[in-house]
Amino acid sequence: MRPLEAAFWAATLLPFVVTPSYLALASQVAITALFALSLDLILGYAGIVSLGHAAYFGFGAYTAGLLSKHDFGEPLTGLVLAAIAAGLLGYVTSHLIVRFRHLALIMLTLGLGLLLAEAANSASWLTGGADGLQGVKTAPLLGFKFDLYGRTAYAYSLAVLFLLFLVARRIIHSPFGLALRGIRENARRMPAIGAPSLAHLRKVYTIAAVMAGAAGALLTQTTSTVSLEVLSFGRSADVLVILILGGAGRLYGGIVGAIIYMVARDQFASMNPQYWYFWVGLLLVAVVLFLPNGVLGGLSALYKRPE
Amino acid sequence: MLELREVRAGYGDAVVLDGISLALPEGGTLALLGRNGVGKSTLLLTLMGYTRLRKGDLLWNGKSIARLAPHRRARLGIGWVAQEREIFPSLTVQENLTVAAQPGPWDLPQVFQLFPRLAERRANKGHQLSGGEQQMLAIARALMTNPRLLLLDEPLEGLAPIIVEELAQALRHLAGMAMILVEQHAEIALSLTEQALVIERGRIAHRGASRELAADERLLERYVGVSATQSG
Repeated sequence: MRPLEAAFWAATLLPFVVTPSYLALASQVAITALFALSLDLILGYAGIVSLGHAAYFGFGAYTAGLLSKHDFGEPLTGLVLAAIAAGLLGYVTSHLIVRFRHLALIMLTLGLGLLLAEAANSASWLTGGADGLQGVKTAPLLGFKFDLYGRTAYAYSLAVLFLLFLVARRIIHSPFGLALRGIRENARRMPAIGAPSLAHLRKVYTIAAVMAGAAGALLTQTTSTVSLEVLSFGRSADVLVILILGGAGRLYGGIVGAIIYMVARDQFASMNPQYWYFWVGLLLVAVVLFLPNGVLGGLSALYKRPE
Repeated sequence: MLELREVRAGYGDAVVLDGISLALPEGGTLALLGRNGVGKSTLLLTLMGYTRLRKGDLLWNGKSIARLAPHRRARLGIGWVAQEREIFPSLTVQENLTVAAQPGPWDLPQVFQLFPRLAERRANKGHQLSGGEQQMLAIARALMTNPRLLLLDEPLEGLAPIIVEELAQALRHLAGMAMILVEQHAEIALSLTEQALVIERGRIAHRGASRELAADERLLERYVGVSATQSG
């Protein structure tokens, strides 16, 4: 790990001492960062544009919620099971997803996301429908209770983010990761030189669904609530905005995007509770106009210029 | 090693090739000549599995590969260098080479020895290369998959004479590897190969030794439409 990276991860511990009253927000940032990282794997590295990525996040969130509601509240088991469930959903849907590109793909992912959201809405006997899932109780994590200040929540979310980040990093730097970038550049060319494009895409889509499901489970467990919002189109759109803001196709793009977006949203919302999306919109337009490769893309261009 | 039996193939309802039979032994080299649009590239695409095969069979070491997906054929040892080159623009030269590499005698040092220009530009991105360098990279990328048969679709098209010579030299160094070469530069193509096929309107119009065809100006004029040195 390079010094800059080590410094970054060391800095993620600062909220414990510097801004202890913001640990709940920090935990949300870490969860959102993990969700954005999972989208980066498919969008940034494999070129799969998705407007329905919340499907896997929400599936993981509901799985974890249902488990703890039915007295399987141990968080680590819940996390793993929720991630596996989301991964299974990802694997099944990937067979459809990877056959399409461009506009058809956007419509397809959007449609699948809406389908799942409405299914959860109508299955209120299971999900609680629009009222949300009632009775979610997360057991202490390795003896630590989930306190009101969010200490356990942030430590837990951060640890999971860090571990899965290392996994993503490993994948990106593997021959498989390089093959994915080849597919993103030219999906037709890769089979001609011996790489099974569709199989590779299904694999990375499944991995991304696992990570998104883990992020969803973290949200459920750290907040002890699940609402339909976890499956909403808004969540799919937000995570796309976050990734583009930070820089798609860069390992830290989702994480940096999540920090900027979540903190900005928190500030805008307290300044201007009714119209804060206006400021988010302005931020997005500014980034796309002035930093087409996201904040990280802009920074790396600045860094390279003096050479 | 490779055998085509009465192949009829095309795109959708259109038949481009008909009644193509040929056999290529291990290490054999074949030039595919003919005017534009007679089906030379389509023949290579058919070998890779990108066209609709309506009749006939493709055999690789005696087994039919007609129903295999393109990536399976590539893994069997068919390395295709498309006319469009299709370098990955945002990958570096080295990443372009390793993106689909398979173990074997061809590795980075070997291809850099064959194309020293690529070694100089190994850290450059694909889109920063000149046309000639892109072509070298496309050939080197195919070699990195360690093929037993190399399919080259107009590798010299649109390149400066000095680069054409450099590439032709490199291709001469590949002696021992089976090769099917589609080329408008008939003279160079014939000098690089043992056998030649002339295709006209989707059918084989002439087959014979490259050396003999190169000497037969009347035949070349008729099927390829040249003075053998000019492209077009």
